[in-house]
Amino acid sequence: MSDFASGSLTGKNLHLSFGSNHVLRGIDLHVEKGTTASVIGPSGSGKSTLLRVMNRLIEPDQGDILLDGRSVLKDNPDELRQRIGMVFQQFNLFPHKTVVDNVSLALRKLRKLPAEQARAEALEQLDLVGLKHKADARPANLSGGQQQRVAIARALAMKPEVMFFDEATSALDPELVKGVLALMADLAKGGMTMVVVTHEMGFCRNVSDTVTFMDAGVVVESGPPEQLFTNPQTERLQGFLSDVL
Amino acid sequence: MDALDQLLKTFFDWEAMAAVVPNMLTVGLPNTLILAVSSGVLGCILGMILAIMGTSRSTALRLLSRIYTDIFRGVPAIVIILLIGIGLGPLIRELTGSTNPFPLGILALTLMASAYIGEIFRSGIQSVEKGQLEASRALGFSYNSSMQLVVIPQGVRRVLPALVNQFISLIKDSSLIYLLGLLASQREIFRIGNDAAANTGNLSPLIAAAVMYLVLTVPLTHLVNYIDKRLRTGRPEKPQPDDAAALIGKGAQP
Repeated sequence: MSDFASGSLTGKNLHLSFGSNHVLRGIDLHVEKGTTASVIGPSGSGKSTLLRVMNRLIEPDQGDILLDGRSVLKDNPDELRQRIGMVFQQFNLFPHKTVVDNVSLALRKLRKLPAEQARAEALEQLDLVGLKHKADARPANLSGGQQQRVAIARALAMKPEVMFFDEATSALDPELVKGVLALMADLAKGGMTMVVVTHEMGFCRNVSDTVTFMDAGVVVESGPPEQLFTNPQTERLQGFLSDVL
Repeated sequence: MDALDQLLKTFFDWEAMAAVVPNMLTVGLPNTLILAVSSGVLGCILGMILAIMGTSRSTALRLLSRIYTDIFRGVPAIVIILLIGIGLGPLIRELTGSTNPFPLGILALTLMASAYIGEIFRSGIQSVEKGQLEASRALGFSYNSSMQLVVIPQGVRRVLPALVNQFISLIKDSSLIYLLGLLASQREIFRIGNDAAANTGNLSPLIAAAVMYLVLTVPLTHLVNYIDKRLRTGRPEKPQPDDAAALIGKGAQP
């Protein structure tokens, strides 16, 4: 993996409510350039929502988001999202397009690259995830693991400064999880800034630089993985770890 | 046997049919197709606009689309054709000097069809998983680009069968245009059959018209089934391994 033009990302005191449901209650999250932050916590704790707020798929009610130290809340949200790649639990590949068209779509339409150049770059990305030979297949003809690797290639094609992974392996059959996690670990080693919402405690512990434990819309505990896994301070994290490990 | 002969003569007088068929093919068929195809195409355009309004984030646009759809879907075709065709006739005559009823007939059919087609498109667009829009927005596409590039193409594909059904309806409904008064050269399939039936006092020309409609619509219903099957199974049917094997194996053709 080559190096990435990655940047740091900071969420400050982020709040979000859906009606009377206060989903995020003042979240602070900082990811240094080139590092990987894992976010763990029980379902419904607001982890996935936090990702969507940090790339402004959902606008926060309060708080600030900094990319490379600069607030991006006043930027055009579409342009912000071009700088942050996102990978979803359900892959969300475009089923009406071939694999290579999935990857090249944003290059053609947003980067305005000519079709041939966009295809060449898309093939390069597919090669990096080991799926160049599937370029002209439809997503439906790929395994879940392959689909997720294409989704990663699609996000990487835009040369993002930060990558978000929203439970990227949760929908995969167990035997397919490893390949996707290995790819994510490669990206982390290559210096990509990553925020990884995950239930994969092994990945969390071995790959990430920091771990953030969320519950009920607040950050309960945060720090280096060794510290959180071997010496959890709060009862809530102790309870969570004993449930998942 | 007299009664049976009488009945056969009424419905299946081959000579009466043969007399009307050439006119039906050279005049009626093209006119029916002009009416159905042009209002089908225009109805799709207007229907797509209605569907986009109906799924938009603006309440006013959604309401407008709703009201339009309720009106033009809820009123019988014959009422719309008479109101538009006869009501606006003098205005068109004054503006263009034309007394051709086709433009207004096509307009009436279009207004009606677009209400149904709009609902078909809307249901297709709304059936596309939320994750598709989200993934497209996450790549950096605007809402409008996401709809145009990702959501609408998928939604339209899913409703192709319903759309073909709507076109079948249009072919049949185009027969109502006769109410606007047609010159001999403007008559469509039904009117030609009806005129011949009235002149001869025999219903066989109407049977010929019915057969002609069936020739148009039955292949379309099978096209619907084919599209439906193809959409459900994905790609066009590939030969099963067994079929392919038979080409070289025991059951192979010489």
